[in-house]
Amino acid sequence: MPGDSIIELCEVTKVYPLPAGNVIALDRVSMTISDGEFVAIMGPSGSGKTTLLNQLGCLDRPTSGDLFISDRNTREMNDRELTSLRLNTIGYIFQRFNLLPLLSAYENVEFPYLMKHRRPDSSGRVGDLLAQVGIDRAMATHKPPELSGGQQQRVAIARALVNDPQILLCDEPTGNLDSVTGQQIMEMLTELNRKGRTIIIVTHDPGVARYAQRIIKVRDGRVT
Amino acid sequence: MKDIILQISLRSIRIHFLRSVLAALGIVIGVVAISSMGMMGANMTLSVTEELSKMANIVVITAASGSGGGPGGGPGGFGGASDKKISEEEFRDIQKIAEKYGLVYVVYRESDTIKVGDVKGRSTIYGLDEDVMRQIFTLSDGVFPKSTSSVLVGPTLAERYDLKIGSRIKIGDEDEGITNTVKVVGILEERGMSNDINSDMAIIGSEKLFTGIYGNEGEYDQVNLILNDINDSQKARADILDKMNRKETTVNVQDSSRMLESITSSLGTMTTFVMAIAGISLLVAATSIFNVMMMSVTERVREIGIMRSIGAQKSEIRRMFLYESIVLGVVGATIGAVLALAIGWVVVLAMVGSTDYFFLPESLWYIPFAMLVGIAVCVLSGVYPAWRAAGLDPVEALRAE
Repeated sequence: MPGDSIIELCEVTKVYPLPAGNVIALDRVSMTISDGEFVAIMGPSGSGKTTLLNQLGCLDRPTSGDLFISDRNTREMNDRELTSLRLNTIGYIFQRFNLLPLLSAYENVEFPYLMKHRRPDSSGRVGDLLAQVGIDRAMATHKPPELSGGQQQRVAIARALVNDPQILLCDEPTGNLDSVTGQQIMEMLTELNRKGRTIIIVTHDPGVARYAQRIIKVRDGRVT
Repeated sequence: MKDIILQISLRSIRIHFLRSVLAALGIVIGVVAISSMGMMGANMTLSVTEELSKMANIVVITAASGSGGGPGGGPGGFGGASDKKISEEEFRDIQKIAEKYGLVYVVYRESDTIKVGDVKGRSTIYGLDEDVMRQIFTLSDGVFPKSTSSVLVGPTLAERYDLKIGSRIKIGDEDEGITNTVKVVGILEERGMSNDINSDMAIIGSEKLFTGIYGNEGEYDQVNLILNDINDSQKARADILDKMNRKETTVNVQDSSRMLESITSSLGTMTTFVMAIAGISLLVAATSIFNVMMMSVTERVREIGIMRSIGAQKSEIRRMFLYESIVLGVVGATIGAVLALAIGWVVVLAMVGSTDYFFLPESLWYIPFAMLVGIAVCVLSGVYPAWRAAGLDPVEALRAE
């Protein structure tokens, strides 16, 4: 099922300059992820896997090396273009859900939609997505602190999907959930992958990594 | 159209209600201070202008200090304008030019020592034609003088020396042995400050009475022109200056519009100064808005990180914080404007003594002006925090607790 490469890293290095000396978080990482793949990035704490995910999500720029997303070199893109890439091509799911506390569940999902389309959703897409992840209308009016962890992560998944991104990046998506809810979320992600989305998931839980087609191991900033 | 960024700003203000109210309070105070001071100045100017325009029909002609003295003038030349007189011949010329505009008359004037009973003092003594007196003065008591020993006195002078009809005044310095006693036959009505004759503190007698005491007949201290039409003021002035000063500068002409201009301009300067002091309160308000906005940015670093990571542009983050400061500014300025109407009214009543001009546009426009300044101050105070928020690194921001 996987097709052409959607993400390509060439010798990507990320160095954090600290007073005590430079920390090399990523050391000449090269790899290719194909369109429609389900990849798990594994490694112990501090191995550089979140740094890697931030690179893939264009939240951060490499110190050196090139990152191509859909054949576009991100090095040549300015902040505005990178932001717009995050908005249109990439969906982000975080360990801590990261919903906006001042907005209701519905508005949280609507937020990226409004950023992209500059007008309210009239097609009912936001409501449909919330229904798909099991959040009903009444629940959608609640603010994030009023929802359980599982519900928040479902809202976060709906938010990640609202602009129909090609790539879904997940940073320990089940890390703050109980095992049953975690399993439900993983099944939801598997289903999304089956429908053709590229999913990259960062985890140190082998049970989660089991869902992936390929496992990339990171240790000391290197892909092994 | 639903602006979700504006929604977030409004909700953020709502959950920090007390803090936002306190920040906006600074703007309220600033707007009230600036607009009430501005309105006070405007009302003062309007009331002085009205007062002065009552004498806008008076043109005063005096001898130019520089003329005629020449090299032979000697040390006496330092005496200044008051030493120079207008001659009888010059007066005739002026009369020829100016009589078409209105009444032209001469004024003798001297400042001298006076003594009423045992009380000594100083006063200005005017010598005027009897007919002119009748035309320019109104009496509150008594009659116009008919002899060379009877005088009119101003109301302030009468009050100070307890002068009544029939009271006697000694004019001149007793030590020098030159005194003349005159009798009060009439008391003038109050006339206020004027640039032709300040009669409230003066003794006014006939020309003969004056020249009898001081001599100098036919050498006048000033020539006054009372215009029939106020609009001729500039024209009459130009006409007199043009014809009288053709060869050399012999006369100065002062019309009240110039005096009005200078008084209005000093009042304007004063108003600006007082408003600038009031503006300091806005500076304090700016600090407090700035502080609140910085707090807001610090508290919401993580939120900013989330918004950036899911695709909000820097401009949207900037907008979110600018909205917050604009809302604080608009709310503060609006409340300030309403209060300024009430407080400004009280200030004007207390300082100017009359609120006749309060609702004129010249006075009320200080309210929208102060509102605009207040809102501008808010926006400016929000610029740096908004810029800081937008410039945050998304990865760093997401890591914040």
